[in-house]
Amino acid sequence: MFVGWRELWFARGRFGLLVGVVALITVLVGLLSGLTGGLAGRNTSAVLGLGGDHVVFAGEDAQFGGSGLDESTAREWAAVAGVRRVEPLAVSMGKVEAGGRSAGVAVFASPGSEVVLSRGAAAELGVRDGATVTVGDLTAVARVSTEDDYFSHAPVVRVPLPPGSRFSVLILSTSDSDVAAADQRLGTKTETVSDALERIGSFAAENGSLRLMRGFLFAISALVVGAFFTVWTIQRSNDIAVLKALGASTPYLLRDALGQAAVLLALGTTTGTALAAVVGAALPSTVPFVLDLPTLAFPAAVLVGLGLVGAALAIHRITTVDPLTALGSAR
Amino acid sequence: MTLVLDSVTLTYPDGDRRLTALDDVSLHVPAGTVTAVVGPSGSGKSSLLAVAATLITPDTGTITIGGTSTTGLNRAVLARLRRRHVGIVFQQANLLPALTAAEQLRVVARLDGRRGGADLQAEAGLAEVGLAELAHRRPHQLSGGQRQRVNIARALVNRPAVLLVDEPTSALDRASGAAIIDLLTARTREHGVATVLVTHDRAHLDGVDQVVELVDGQIAVRVSRAE
Ligand SMILES: Nc1ncnc2c1ncn2[C@@H]1O[C@H](COP(=O)(O)OP(=O)(O)OP(=O)(O)O)[C@@H](O)[C@H]1O
Ligand SMILES: [Mg+2]
Repeated sequence: MFVGWRELWFARGRFGLLVGVVALITVLVGLLSGLTGGLAGRNTSAVLGLGGDHVVFAGEDAQFGGSGLDESTAREWAAVAGVRRVEPLAVSMGKVEAGGRSAGVAVFASPGSEVVLSRGAAAELGVRDGATVTVGDLTAVARVSTEDDYFSHAPVVRVPLPPGSRFSVLILSTSDSDVAAADQRLGTKTETVSDALERIGSFAAENGSLRLMRGFLFAISALVVGAFFTVWTIQRSNDIAVLKALGASTPYLLRDALGQAAVLLALGTTTGTALAAVVGAALPSTVPFVLDLPTLAFPAAVLVGLGLVGAALAIHRITTVDPLTALGSAR
Repeated sequence: MTLVLDSVTLTYPDGDRRLTALDDVSLHVPAGTVTAVVGPSGSGKSSLLAVAATLITPDTGTITIGGTSTTGLNRAVLARLRRRHVGIVFQQANLLPALTAAEQLRVVARLDGRRGGADLQAEAGLAEVGLAELAHRRPHQLSGGQRQRVNIARALVNRPAVLLVDEPTSALDRASGAAIIDLLTARTREHGVATVLVTHDRAHLDGVDQVVELVDGQIAVRVSRAE
């Protein structure tokens, strides 16, 4: 990169501008990723914390919630080869009250005897371990969990599922079960836990639109980098012709130009990621925002990768520069 | 090393016909001599240089540099040949704007994958054209004549066998033009280079060894100056 480095320094104003744009896009993408992660947690952490590897729904269009399943289905599923554990779960949106305060919660009912408040629910009610709370027509002494489970943006309260009552889903722990065949036979629909998340309405909608935005930002940054290097390559096509006439090989010139793009993208995304981390750390804890290395580093890596693709397409025209244009002014 | 063009014919596409830019041109340029090429505009002078520089492959005829024929060599091999054995001085000083005068020379060694000694070579090369003190200036900080000197130093830095020069004085006044031509002639003799100099200025023909006049792509007049 003998020429490449010197050009970077010589045209540092122009290149600085591109670094700034890439950095700003990285900040946006980084914040969006942190937010996507945070919102996803507020939607799905309770389901992810259930244990098990599959979720049985009452039918093709069933969501979490409702009471489409009963004990006989649970027994049938328990008998399916390879199913090690079956746990019924009834999910409903409701209210929990304690000492005159109330909070909107997601009520997770499953076999057991305890009432357990997630940390978020306890905080909203302002109660500690051992407080007496009312959920629907059940009043009991509650334990406060160390987990901060959320479902569809509501903190979760776990209550006992009365024996014999209907429920929404079954949580399965399986090894090598033919769930499709069992679904066929029992008229249910079984999903892996990660696919089941798509059936949390708020999650599917939010996640979809956030990912779409991020996708657009990725595309925009590849286009910006591509456009910049198109103009840059055209601007210096006479220099490229001179270098070729001096005997520079085309691969050498391509490496040089791609090296410039890599330096700019590395500078831009590093600055942007650092800024996004600072902003993320400054956000109040009530804003759902995941601030960790993978969440911020992954989009930066994608930006570098796509930027290089954009630059590669742009600098491709180096191959078509004719060294002859360096000779004489007529052409 | 000697530069030999043997019966070179070059045509360019021109609508649905072809325009003959060089018509059966033969030229013999011994090492240590300058051959001047003159002729009206459009007579094929630049085309002759481009062919000699291996930047264009002629339709027929051969170019031989130091006994090696360039016929049938692929682009990578030709690029290496240019790096090592051909120096080109462009019509306008085509220097790279981002590089200092010294770096314009060092880049030639870099293109050939060499690092060691390039700095000293560049320093010596600039000193030869009288620009030792301006080694750290960029092209926009140099005068036209100084740029053309850097251009010549760059063309010579690899000790080429062949030096091809296209109207090096067109952007200069008479005095600095004459100085450039003197410099070229001196370096040609000193380093034993085979030099082809395209010029439109007949005043430059005094010190050269051979003058060739092109008219419509053909050699119309050939004058050799016996020592
Ligand atoms: N790339 C090209 N395609 C088509 N025709 C060309 C091309 N380059 C040159 N020509 C034509 O070939 C002829 C010789 O051109 P050349 O540039 O060699 O002339 P020249 O003697 O250097 O002229 P000048 O003194 O004006 O620089 C001209 O008629 C020109 O129009
Ligand atoms: Mg010309």
